[in-house]
Amino acid sequence: MKGRWELIVGAVGGLGLLAGSALGLWWAPQERFMLETGRILYVHVPTAWLSMILFTAAFVGSIGWLVKRRWGFDFLSEASVEAGVVLGCLLSVQGSIWAHWTWNTWWAWDPRLTSVAVMVLSFLGILALRSFVDDPEKRATWSATATIVAWVNVPFVYLCVKWMRSLHQGQSSVANIDPDMGKVLLLNTVAVTLVAIYFVVTRWRIANAVHQREFTE
Amino acid sequence: MNKKLPAILVVVAVVGVLGWLAMGSVGDNLVYYWTPTELHAAGAKAGEATVRLGGLVKPGSVTTEGNATLFLVTDGKDEVKVRTQEIPPQMFRECIGVVVEGTLGDDQVFESKKLLVKHDENYKAPTDSTVKCPDMPMPAKE
Repeated sequence: MKGRWELIVGAVGGLGLLAGSALGLWWAPQERFMLETGRILYVHVPTAWLSMILFTAAFVGSIGWLVKRRWGFDFLSEASVEAGVVLGCLLSVQGSIWAHWTWNTWWAWDPRLTSVAVMVLSFLGILALRSFVDDPEKRATWSATATIVAWVNVPFVYLCVKWMRSLHQGQSSVANIDPDMGKVLLLNTVAVTLVAIYFVVTRWRIANAVHQREFTE
Repeated sequence: MNKKLPAILVVVAVVGVLGWLAMGSVGDNLVYYWTPTELHAAGAKAGEATVRLGGLVKPGSVTTEGNATLFLVTDGKDEVKVRTQEIPPQMFRECIGVVVEGTLGDDQVFESKKLLVKHDENYKAPTDSTVKCPDMPMPAKE
């Protein structure tokens, strides 16, 4: 337990997410057109944000590994890709549920959904790549290269609703959102960020432990 | 260590430029839906093909005809009459964005096989009466 500061971060994040979700379900006003369905906003937006941030952390870790050859960067990359893929899958499921009740379809090949599918699948492929390579250095270098290539899609995921016509709605700002809804959204975004930090640090420690064993055997 | 840095920067730059070009041309050539203006401009070309048409449901234009629902989809400049046999989804109303999949018939009525609702990025409480009907047209990205 000693030195496991991320446990506190994760606990605060978990409680924040519980509180934020409860507020989102019962305290925040109903969305005027989407009614109760609109409340999925409070998990969907933080999940989307964090999956993109995690893939960006993996991108930074990959460049760090290729430049500095320090193992910590590879651990960061591995941990972030894994957490990002989990959030990316959750994101797709949440979005699908939301789409069913509002758009009248579970899935559409519009730019946002298609690019998210490419994002999640490409990073899932990187996890598969890691498991195929036994040599740690090759694994780190290959997956870092693949991560850099896959990351190019991430800004597109974020900006495509601005650039292209899509079924998915555009980006909201403070002006677009009811102030009370905005408060809940902010709380949940901070909470999911803390939970993501907990995931990444814990996974980083696991990667480090595995690495120590790989080099002592 | 820094022997590799230029190589990495080159890879990132090349991938970035290729990505940018790919996205740019995708944006030009591949649109998720046509606007009423574009559908009419396509003329006979649009007659047979299954296409997506997007726009706002014109206020006051929603009518029923047996099991069918009829309404006008507008982009502010031009409008297309749409007929669907589907039961409109809960979100469907006047002024909301829609994307319909189907074909433009000889009678200039767009026969919709799938009616999708495109809601915007405004999240408001029921008490909020601003933007009852968003200003037309729905911004169509070129």
